[in-house]
Amino acid sequence: MSAKARIELRPTPHIHAPQDVTVIMRNVVLACLPLAGWAVWQYGLSAALLGVTVVASCLLTEWLFGRGETLRDWSAVITGLLLFLTLPPGFPLWMGAVAGVTAIGLGKTLFGGLGMNVFNPALVGRAFVQAAFPVAITTWTPPFFEGRFSGLIPTTLTLPFTIPPETSRWAGAVAVDAFTGATPLALAKFQQSLSPATDLFLGTTAGSAGESSALLVLVCGLYLAARKMLDWRIPVSVLAGAALTAALFHLLDPERHPDAGFTLLSGGLMLGAWFMATDMVGSPVTPRGVVIYGLLIGVVTVVIRLFGGLTEGVMYAILLGNAATPLIDQLTQPRVFGEKRR
Amino acid sequence: MRLFRRKTFSHGIHPPDHKAETAHSPIRRLPFPPRLVVPLDQHIGKPAVPLVHKGQEVVRGEPIARADGFLSAPVHAPATGRVRDIRPMPTARDRLTPCILIDVYEAATQEVLWHYPWQPRKMDRQALIQAVREMGLVGLGGAAFPSHVKLSVPEDKPAHTLVVNGCECEPYLSCDHRVMVEQPAELLRGVRYALRATGAKRAIIGIEDNKPDAIRLLQKLTAEEPAIEVEAVATKYPQGSEKMLIRSLMGLEVPAGGIPLDIGVVVNNVGTLAMLGALLPQGEALTERVITVTGPGVQRPGNYRVPLGTPIGFVLREAGYRGEAGDFVLGGPMMGPSVSDLRTPITKGSSGLLVLDEAAVRRESPRTWPCIHCGRCVNACPMRLNPAMLGRLAAAGEYQRMAAKYHLSDCFECGSCSWICPARIPLVQQFRVAKQWLRDQERRKRHAAPPRQQPLEASGKEVRAA
Repeated sequence: MSAKARIELRPTPHIHAPQDVTVIMRNVVLACLPLAGWAVWQYGLSAALLGVTVVASCLLTEWLFGRGETLRDWSAVITGLLLFLTLPPGFPLWMGAVAGVTAIGLGKTLFGGLGMNVFNPALVGRAFVQAAFPVAITTWTPPFFEGRFSGLIPTTLTLPFTIPPETSRWAGAVAVDAFTGATPLALAKFQQSLSPATDLFLGTTAGSAGESSALLVLVCGLYLAARKMLDWRIPVSVLAGAALTAALFHLLDPERHPDAGFTLLSGGLMLGAWFMATDMVGSPVTPRGVVIYGLLIGVVTVVIRLFGGLTEGVMYAILLGNAATPLIDQLTQPRVFGEKRR
Repeated sequence: MRLFRRKTFSHGIHPPDHKAETAHSPIRRLPFPPRLVVPLDQHIGKPAVPLVHKGQEVVRGEPIARADGFLSAPVHAPATGRVRDIRPMPTARDRLTPCILIDVYEAATQEVLWHYPWQPRKMDRQALIQAVREMGLVGLGGAAFPSHVKLSVPEDKPAHTLVVNGCECEPYLSCDHRVMVEQPAELLRGVRYALRATGAKRAIIGIEDNKPDAIRLLQKLTAEEPAIEVEAVATKYPQGSEKMLIRSLMGLEVPAGGIPLDIGVVVNNVGTLAMLGALLPQGEALTERVITVTGPGVQRPGNYRVPLGTPIGFVLREAGYRGEAGDFVLGGPMMGPSVSDLRTPITKGSSGLLVLDEAAVRRESPRTWPCIHCGRCVNACPMRLNPAMLGRLAAAGEYQRMAAKYHLSDCFECGSCSWICPARIPLVQQFRVAKQWLRDQERRKRHAAPPRQQPLEASGKEVRAA
């Protein structure tokens, strides 16, 4: 070496773990893709168009809010994909775009961008359209309907600011099996009829685009957990909280309340537990905090499902959990090494 | 294959250890450089006071600066030569600190020509501690805390156990490993001296289980000696921090803000005790040490025995570094400071010289992101602090709140949180700034009352991972 080397002065530590934010985000995107793929397989072109629209609107909003470089961290893609997975497959495209703009604009950039948001942005978008378009968001499509790769669901191409057409006759005509236009959760709530567990597990029932296959959600979630890109304690405690609460009510009144297995496999619980509740920004950081947070979400989900006016409660339960996170973090500060046990 | 029982602490990280590059290269001696730069403050405490003047001839091993008070250590001539000057030079500790510059005689044999009349067999506790003090021994693991202070156990706070730290948890470093494998007799002799000096009944040598050869060797050599145990501990950073090691070996937690002696434990590094065991019978003082020279770009990585005061530029030439730029780290990559000048000398506390070449620096200096609350730092912090919260408060400048509510003072800057942070937030640096600000604030407050200048007090609580 020459006598005059260029010297870099850097603070300790001089080395870093290989996983940075973009690596984590890219892997979450990767884990969402099979779920999106299953949605397209179930619902055909309409689902694909909706997915593209929602993701594009999220990216565009992120870009419009002035920070082009934040597009590169992939977090807006995750928001878009997750939002798409929670929407009904026949959701009108323009409404999907509204959801995407709300998710990023209201849920994320308004708070200051990545890391600053209080609530899961995808769920903010979803909550907004649930309030704005209550009919469209509960209009379900029969899975594997005939001609799903050659035509669209009638509601998909609804013009902006017009009311989507009625689809029940169309659904009845194209459905493979008899289709009642209800999700397994609605069937359970209003008709006390439980869908078979295998259908729920494999994902051949009606519902939001990405929530139907519990198996697929589980596999993709386990991939992220194995790579330590999500905290496995969160989904486990969400599911435990939900299962215990459901089992308790089932025990009290087996006629009215579905059992724990149905509760776990139906609706968006799996998707919410593995992909929404685990959103790092909105979940606590302390070891005890994540467990409390998870249990809270699980319990509230079941309570809303059984006693609320809605058939599904995961979304509001997670938003509630997000809101409680700062408080949970405050109350569960770990005991410092060498500090006396209180 | 797991041969040993796992003893460990909670949290911590597993950085790639990069020890294979040097762990099997025997310790070699480097030639003497033409000029040595010997700082007067190579230890924690007050700087030593020079005993020599410009132009004076010194022989290797001769004291050239005396200790200034109890928390201080003398300095000895690392080579035979002539004092060229005494003036401030850049060192790893500060931008400019007073140093004795020695022109080394090329023709000299460089034998140690100055001996103390020590007779270890006959020495009692006080005499042993006095000898340790005279030889200028300090913790060689990195903290450079004067050894005689550590070994002086007060009457009212007896020590029951001597923990010997052979973890070497810093990635890249392997000098302690080599010392254990090559100088086990000296190490065990040093352990016996330390037991006698502290009055402790037993010694536990804790070694990370990535060094099975050292564990097996020392277990064999101590099989007949019930007072000395050799224990394998899990390979995890920062296992070599004394609080973590005590927790792993004995299941005890040093109280927050306290020192190991509060629970009757004295911790010493294997390198320090091996040096003690080697020097005391010879009547020699501390004039050299073993360092690991390694990192991407170093052509002949290995473990070298170098005279104290050798400029790192000389070491790099000898070990072969071709790069034009780099991050030169004195110590390990987790806690070692970057040096700003190639004339910076190797001192008593330098355990290694790690060179990260341009490519490595580029790879390790990526952009940062905002905190995404992943909680990895919380699960990495060995002190069980909340670095995420501390980082947020630091960014907001709320330093007082960090200290009052979030135990900032318990952070010993091991760097686990910064290492694992996917957003690459320089957490440790933020905490260091906060601590410095609080110290300055404290000093200003003290100044306000009596107007005279007060010397900077070094705290004995500084813990360094070995």
